[in-house]
Amino acid sequence: MSTIPGLERPGPVPNDMTRPFWDACNERRLVLQNCTACQRLHYPPAQRCDQCGSADNFQWKEVEGKGHIDVYMVIRDSRIRGFRSAQPINFAVITLDEDPGINFLSNLPGTPPGEVPVGAPVELIFEETSTGQLVHEWQVVT
Amino acid sequence: MVSNTGWMRNQEGLGLWEHRGKVAIVGWGQSHIDRRWDGVSLDRSCGGLTKEACLKAIADAGLSLDDIDGLITSAETRAEQTWAPRPYFDPPYDTEDGLTFTSADWIQRELGMKNVQYRVSDAPYIGPMMGLAAQAVGDGLCETALVWYPMVNLAGRYGHNNPQNNSDEAPGPSAFTLPWGYQSGAMFNNLVIFQQYCKKYGKSHDGLADLCLNLRRNGLMTPWSYYALHEPYQLTREDYLNGRVIEEPLVIYDCDRPVNTCAAFIFTTAERAKDLRQKPAYVLNHAQNGGRGRSTMATLEEHQEAVASLARKMWEGSGLGPDDVDIFNPYDGYLTFTQQFLEGFQWHGVKWGEAHDFYADDIRVEGPHPFLSSGGNNGTGRTRACLFSDSLEQLRGTAGPRQVTTRNDTALAGCNTPDSNGFLMLSKHPD
Repeated sequence: MSTIPGLERPGPVPNDMTRPFWDACNERRLVLQNCTACQRLHYPPAQRCDQCGSADNFQWKEVEGKGHIDVYMVIRDSRIRGFRSAQPINFAVITLDEDPGINFLSNLPGTPPGEVPVGAPVELIFEETSTGQLVHEWQVVT
Repeated sequence: MVSNTGWMRNQEGLGLWEHRGKVAIVGWGQSHIDRRWDGVSLDRSCGGLTKEACLKAIADAGLSLDDIDGLITSAETRAEQTWAPRPYFDPPYDTEDGLTFTSADWIQRELGMKNVQYRVSDAPYIGPMMGLAAQAVGDGLCETALVWYPMVNLAGRYGHNNPQNNSDEAPGPSAFTLPWGYQSGAMFNNLVIFQQYCKKYGKSHDGLADLCLNLRRNGLMTPWSYYALHEPYQLTREDYLNGRVIEEPLVIYDCDRPVNTCAAFIFTTAERAKDLRQKPAYVLNHAQNGGRGRSTMATLEEHQEAVASLARKMWEGSGLGPDDVDIFNPYDGYLTFTQQFLEGFQWHGVKWGEAHDFYADDIRVEGPHPFLSSGGNNGTGRTRACLFSDSLEQLRGTAGPRQVTTRNDTALAGCNTPDSNGFLMLSKHPD
C-alpha cells in the first residue's frame, strides 16, 4: 500500500495502449512513448504523436527518474473515497528534467501536507495501489 | 442528433461568420431554482423545471408552441448519478428522461409541439450548445429553436456518489490522474494553473476576494437567483478569506454552488425576429475551444494561448475587437480560471497578470468596469445560463438594479474553461 497513512489509491486498469507503461511500472521502471521521427516524448500515452500525427514511430523509452516540483495544492476535501481517509494530502505537479514539457502528478510521500518546497528536485519511487498495480511517485531529494 | 463537430467554429482562419447578424435570441425563461431536487416534487424535477423554463421562454418571445420547429438540449446536466435503483414514478417520470435530463422527445411530447422538424438531445454543455443553436438556425435546419439547459442536483454530497470516485480501479485516461487524487479538470487543472499564475505574476489567492464579493452582490440583484431566493445576504471579505478550504488554496466561495434549475432560450432568424415582442439580440459570431495540453496537466502558457486563440476566433468571426465588447460574462465556475478570459480577451484593456488589480478596481455594475454583471455562477448558483440571460437583459435594458451604466450595445458570454468552451457574441444591431 501507499507509504502515506490512510491512502488507498485506485489502481490503474491497463489497456492495449497503456499496458507496456504499467508493466514497466510493476518492474519499477518509468517508460514513456517516444516518437523517433520527432524525438518527442509523450505522457500520458497517446494514440499518435502530437507533433507529426503518426502512430508508426512510437517506441517505449526508459527515462531517468529525476524532476522538479512546479506547483502544488493540498487536498482537504476529496470526493475520492480512497483519499478521504488520507487528507490533508499534497497534490503536486512534477516536471521531468529530461523534458520539462512532460509533467506528472505526485502526492509527495514523505513531505508533510502544505510544507512543499516548490522548485526542489525530486526522484522517482513506486507505490502500490488498491489492486496491487504499482504507480510512479516522486519524493523530495534530501 | 449531433454526430460531429463540423458546425463548430473552433479554428482560426474561418473568416467572418456567414450568418453574422442573421440569427437572433428573442426569448428567455428561467425556472424556479432550488439547491437540490427533493426527489418527490415532480414539478421541481428536471422535467418539471424544463417545462416551466421552456414555456416562459416561448411566452417571453411572444410565440406559441406551434411556432417552435427546433428543439435543442444537452444531457450534460451534472446530475453525477442516476435515480435507479430507487423506484421511478408514473409516466412521464418513469425513466431517467425527465428526472436527470430532459430529451427533445420528452419535452415535445409533454408540451404537445406539433411542428418540430429538428431535434438535438446530445448537444454539448451550454457554451457550445448556444453556438450550435445559432448555427442550426443560420443553416436553415430550423427557423425557431427552443434551447434549454437544465442543471440537476440530487441528494447527497456533490461528486461523492459518482461511481468513479468510489471505485478501487481507475480505468481509461483516469489511470493517469485518479490514483493521485485528481478529480475534476475544471477544479484541479485550473487550480494548478492558478498556482502557476500566482507564481509567474507574484499574485495570491486573496486577490480573488473582490471578484467573489462583487459576484455575490450582483447575484443578490438577480431576483430569481439561488442566493436572492434562499440565502439573501452579502458575503464579507472575512467570510471569503476564512472560507472552508476544499483544495488549498481553493475555498468553498471559489466554487459555484450546484443547484437544481433550468433555463431556456429562443433562437430564430433575424427576419422572423422583426415582428416579435422583444428587442432581438443578434448573434454576430460563435466560437469554441476544445483541446488539451501536452501532458498530464495543461499549463498556464497552454491556457493563455487557448484563450488568446479563442479571442482571435471571436474577433475574426464577429468583425469586432476588444474595445467593442460592452458586456462580458465569461464562466466563473471556479474563480481560479476567470482571469484567463478577462486577460485573453483584453476586456477593458486588462493584460496578462493584471486581473487581480482589475478586480480591486471598481467592477460594480454601477461603475466603469461592470465585469460579470450577471453575478456569474458564484452569485446566482451554478446555472451557467445566467451568463447568457444577463447578457440578453443588459442588451434589452431590462436588467433592473444590475443594469450597467456604461454602453450596452454588445455582449460576449460563454463557458466553460479556458481550454474547453463555447462563446457567443451578441449585439443590439445586426450589422
